[in-house]
Amino acid sequence: MPDFRLDDDLEALRKTVAEFAHEVVAPVIGDFYEREEFPYDIVRQMGEMGLFGLPFPEEYGGMGGDYFALCVTLEELARVDSSVAITLEAAVSLGAMPIYRFGTEAQKREWLPALCAGEALGAFGLTEPAGGSDAGATQSTARLDGDSWVINGTKAFITNAGTDITSVITVTAVTGESGARKEISSIIVPAGTPGLTVGKKYSKVGWNASDTRELSFVDVRVPAANLVGEQGRGYAQFLSILDEGRIAIAALGVGLAQGCLDESLRYSREREAFGAPIATNQAIAFKLADMEVRAHTARLAYYDAAARMTRGEPFKRQAAIAKLYSSQVAVDNAREATQIHGGYGFMNEFPVARMWRDAKVLEIGEGTSEVQRMLIARDLGVDGP
Amino acid sequence: MNIVVCVKQVPDTWSEKKLNPADNTLDRGATDPVMNEMDEYAVEEALRLQEASGGEVTVLCMGPESATETVRKALSMGADKAIHVLDDGLHGSDALATSLALSKALGTTSYDLVLLGSESSDARMSVIPAMLAERLGLPQLTFAKEVTVAADGGSVTIKRLTDEGYQVVEASLPAVVSVVEKINEPRYPSFKGIMAAKKKPVETLSLADLGVDGGDVGTAGASSAVESFETAPPRQAGTVVKDEGDGTVGAQKLVEFLAGKKFV
Repeated sequence: MPDFRLDDDLEALRKTVAEFAHEVVAPVIGDFYEREEFPYDIVRQMGEMGLFGLPFPEEYGGMGGDYFALCVTLEELARVDSSVAITLEAAVSLGAMPIYRFGTEAQKREWLPALCAGEALGAFGLTEPAGGSDAGATQSTARLDGDSWVINGTKAFITNAGTDITSVITVTAVTGESGARKEISSIIVPAGTPGLTVGKKYSKVGWNASDTRELSFVDVRVPAANLVGEQGRGYAQFLSILDEGRIAIAALGVGLAQGCLDESLRYSREREAFGAPIATNQAIAFKLADMEVRAHTARLAYYDAAARMTRGEPFKRQAAIAKLYSSQVAVDNAREATQIHGGYGFMNEFPVARMWRDAKVLEIGEGTSEVQRMLIARDLGVDGP
Repeated sequence: MNIVVCVKQVPDTWSEKKLNPADNTLDRGATDPVMNEMDEYAVEEALRLQEASGGEVTVLCMGPESATETVRKALSMGADKAIHVLDDGLHGSDALATSLALSKALGTTSYDLVLLGSESSDARMSVIPAMLAERLGLPQLTFAKEVTVAADGGSVTIKRLTDEGYQVVEASLPAVVSVVEKINEPRYPSFKGIMAAKKKPVETLSLADLGVDGGDVGTAGASSAVESFETAPPRQAGTVVKDEGDGTVGAQKLVEFLAGKKFV
């Protein structure tokens, strides 16, 4: 019999993170968001709980859990706030994961313990100003000069790239050509390497308590040993990292969709209009019902993808479905939650306003909705260009 | 030094609590159960004392089957083992009966220090630490905002919170100490802790195991009973303090109000 409930361990983890989100994150995150400030103290506490080490083995300082545990955690965090959730998501599944999956033993030993403890944050430099979805269009270059890689180029919208505790950025760069195809490789660049300039924070619509930067590389020199995995395998590596990351983003979307429902339920039971709580109006009650339907079905979609992945089965299509659908329901629920809150929904001090601003990017980051449809169609055998 | 921490499962502090009209006891099915918040501070203190001077931390919990979740939370925070006093005959136990069962359970293990929260967030009687110490014939130190165990392990000193400040009180060990929220900041269990908790020993004891007569506990043995209950009246409008312009009259009244409620 398929069972879509969490097992005892994951349920205990879910409750612990939910408690943390309500007690530690909820009371203060609105102010961080307003000031566009990175919440170092919250991140430190998440580190102490071991959240940054969830899917990694204990020998590298991890918690010995799996990707499902990470996703459940992300959902509960995003239910309260997406900035801290994306900080964790990017640090784990984009920052630390490429090193864990493809790095040498020495690279893992050097970088993972501090990343798993949340004492340091990792970033993944893939997207460029002129190329997002078409990642093969990478323009940054890395050439081997003696014992060093010399990296030049620009990376855009990189999460966790410029915090005080950012320790490492894995960047993708063109390292050669084989036939007409560019050969792309991933290379570890320690924060603070000469020639690496961290741009100022972007002014963003949402995720305002998270760190997002442009990075520029001018003759950045790192040891040849900083290559991650095989030379020329960078493209395949980040595609697989993005496949996994989609499940994490789906969990974030479900959390946001659920958070919108939580807030709307509370508000519509208290707020009265025409002599009764507005939740007693069918116009509102049906909105709430639809919000629950969306959050629930999207959750099932990501549970399925995460379960396939942790069992070691193919999950590409399911990950794309979960990401596409949950980002869509996050946007839908955020819009309805704002509507239910009326004028207050348009005020930044209300969590739903923050959720409305945070929702849209879920349809863009780590593969746009269009890219997800392309992947699903391709997997169905109806191939595009 | 071996420490036993008593923990209680209570309805979520923030949820609406209901009594069961059939026997005037708490309807535990109506709310989410959680570990009594004050007991989390006791668990944290036990773990900190253990980190400083070694020994074992044992969790002691009396409660229905669902309380295993509270036991597991204490274990996932880092306690070493647990005793769960579980018996249908305990349903409806008052404070006297609870202290009897807990004291008998403590008799099955060795300890130097018993830690508890100062009160539970459901009944809020705050009498269990005193009753327990009395039954065990041990010194009781209550409302601790700081606990220090002597290096030789022979005595414990606390800062006892009072309305005006604190008193320094010392007792020989073993002793019973109840703590307040000011004492520390409880940790959140890590995933590793959650996984490890499953493998830690939990001893389940029935009334028969403890040698407790069923007539002395539960609804039958209760020396106090809830006769009737009604829902709380809706909150009344507050008092508005009007200020006459120079600030002194209003401020004076506010200070009097706050001092009267012991907020300042």
